[in-house]
Amino acid sequence: MTMKIGTGQFKERVDQGINDSFMRGAVAGAQERIGTRRNDVISELNWEEWRSHGEEIRQHVLEHLDYYLEQLSENVAKRGGHVFFAQTGEEANEYIQQVVAKKDAKKVVKSKSMVTEEISLNTALEQAGCEVIETDLGEYILQVDDHDPPSHIVVPALHKNKEKIRDVFSEKLGYQLTSKPEELAGHARKKLREEFMAADIGITGCNFAVAETGSFSLVTNEGNADLVTSLPKTQITVMGMERLVPTFEEMEVLVSLLTRSAVGQKLTSYITVLTGPREELDVDGPEEFHLVIVDNGRSNILGGDFQSVLQCIRCAACVNACPVYRHVGGHSYGSIYSGPIGAVLSPLLGGYDEYKELPYASSLCAACTDACPVKIPLHELLLKHRQIIVEKEGKAPISEKLAMKAFGLGAASPLLYKMGSKIAPMAMNPFTDGDKISKGPGPLKAWTEIREFPAPNKERFRDWFKNREKGGKQ
Amino acid sequence: MMQGTIQNRDAFLNQIASRLGRERLSAPLPRPAWQYQPQDEVLKDATVNELVEVLKTHCLKIHTSFVMTDLQNLPETLEKTIADYGNESIVTWKDQRFSDWGLDPLLKDTLPRQNIDVYEWDYTRGAENIRQAEKANIGITISEITLAESGTVVLFSDKDRGRTVSFLPKTFICLIPKSTIVPRMTQAARIMREKHLQGNNISSCVNFITGPSNSADIELELVVGVHGPVKAAYILIDDL
Ligand code: SF4
Repeated sequence: MTMKIGTGQFKERVDQGINDSFMRGAVAGAQERIGTRRNDVISELNWEEWRSHGEEIRQHVLEHLDYYLEQLSENVAKRGGHVFFAQTGEEANEYIQQVVAKKDAKKVVKSKSMVTEEISLNTALEQAGCEVIETDLGEYILQVDDHDPPSHIVVPALHKNKEKIRDVFSEKLGYQLTSKPEELAGHARKKLREEFMAADIGITGCNFAVAETGSFSLVTNEGNADLVTSLPKTQITVMGMERLVPTFEEMEVLVSLLTRSAVGQKLTSYITVLTGPREELDVDGPEEFHLVIVDNGRSNILGGDFQSVLQCIRCAACVNACPVYRHVGGHSYGSIYSGPIGAVLSPLLGGYDEYKELPYASSLCAACTDACPVKIPLHELLLKHRQIIVEKEGKAPISEKLAMKAFGLGAASPLLYKMGSKIAPMAMNPFTDGDKISKGPGPLKAWTEIREFPAPNKERFRDWFKNREKGGKQ
Repeated sequence: MMQGTIQNRDAFLNQIASRLGRERLSAPLPRPAWQYQPQDEVLKDATVNELVEVLKTHCLKIHTSFVMTDLQNLPETLEKTIADYGNESIVTWKDQRFSDWGLDPLLKDTLPRQNIDVYEWDYTRGAENIRQAEKANIGITISEITLAESGTVVLFSDKDRGRTVSFLPKTFICLIPKSTIVPRMTQAARIMREKHLQGNNISSCVNFITGPSNSADIELELVVGVHGPVKAAYILIDDL
């Protein structure tokens, strides 16, 4: 798996997504269910203050990233862990292959990690002669189904229904029970238990590393990360270089923001804070611990217009709020990073050549920006991308120049304004079925050619638009 | 503990500093003065008993059974809980508190006499501990810090407190001294940080556990019990 998923052109992918009715229903259902739970659980808090605190923590860390990474690495080494700084995905993979060779490892169990997908670690491990088993249930399903690509950052197999999963399990794993989720999960549990007990190496991602103590945290509901980090003799943790905080106190705040935003839970079932390999007389936990810190294009984002995207904590709240994602599904983005965060991040990490259409996969309704627990101005970053793309190419890749004017360059567009105001009285909830627009202006055109398009969140849209008109920056 | 190695650091960090348009930072950074601290507001003025109520109510949401008892009735409560979860094999930490709380007769005599295996963690037996935990139906642990807001117990691993006791068995029973209750994760993070600043090594594994393991990866339908325990029970002990 690389960052890029699928082979079709942008429009084909979108077309496929829109014509997959199970997927569309599943996405809509997921957005509603996760969205409702999230709203419930954030309404108990002074959420705006929490977001501001999240934002200030993430900004502070990015501004002092070299300092905190140095501190982190010192403290990991002090506790007996090995730290490898990898500028590129290849460097990270090579290092991990060396560890595999030294350990003569044959079986690797993994817990969910976006960054390892981004750098195609699984392929590298297979080349090194290892069997790789993904242990997050959703990832496992995708893997068993011949590496079907993920369609959601938090719920990777969202596009698959249970009958399909049953068929895949029957064909590949000799499964004989029904399509009830608990039976399917029970089967996976049994199979994966055997794998955990036999694995030589456990590989995890990292939700937040803690510079002051050299620790890092893993957030799951299934408990798979705990087995990955307590049974194999060797553990390798791969982290994107920006995923750290100064101390446990900031870790706690970000974990709280993450679990609430991602799944609408106050905390997930398992939050595990690990420091170094196991201690001398401990029985479980790894004897050897490696931390691989990956740049892979991130440092190029620092210090520029897009720095704030590195604040991201991968909660997918923006994905769950996005009317475009709802309409076209995760695979349309052609990247493991889908939804608004994917539309901002994929062109930065994977290049404009590959992902120039993605910044247009947005109605700029700002629902993503509102949802983001660390206040990344996602829709502004999408606009920024569009400006850059147009400067580079002299034209927008999927729509006319006019659109750029309307959206990005400050010129008022009557059509756009009409869209904002006309929709407003129509519905309280912009995501209900009766709430669609069939003709979008500018950037929406390529999308609405195919199908009706759900209306943006009008209140926010109008506020944003008014502000733009006044020349204000939001 | 052997010092670990660090590779390729300088070039990597120099690149970051140069992108940020400055020299590498070398002097220690002071703690930032945060402008916002909303976490302190949560359950700020709650009494211990109010926190217990919050915890108890939240247990309903996290598929976790909750019983309250006192030290005198603990053996009976635990015996009943074990029976509720099938009266089969048990693995426990090695922890002096089990004895202090009068649980020896139950764990070392009553249950074994009913042919219920009770395995106590013993690091000298190495990997055998993990085999025992994998076989066991019930794992029994003790919460060091308990978060009322989220219904979370916090476990610190060490040689006598194996990580897998809380993951491998089908049922997770956690004993919660009432004195360990705090409002939320904020206080736990501070306790951990304090410990570190006082020069103590933080455990290699600190687990924040909130109910049984679960997943919504198949059609977003909640399945309780995926890789870790299928069932969870908290026993709150009034030790105040
Ligand atoms: S951009 Fe914000 S909302 Fe989207 S995944 Fe990242 S942190 Fe979550």
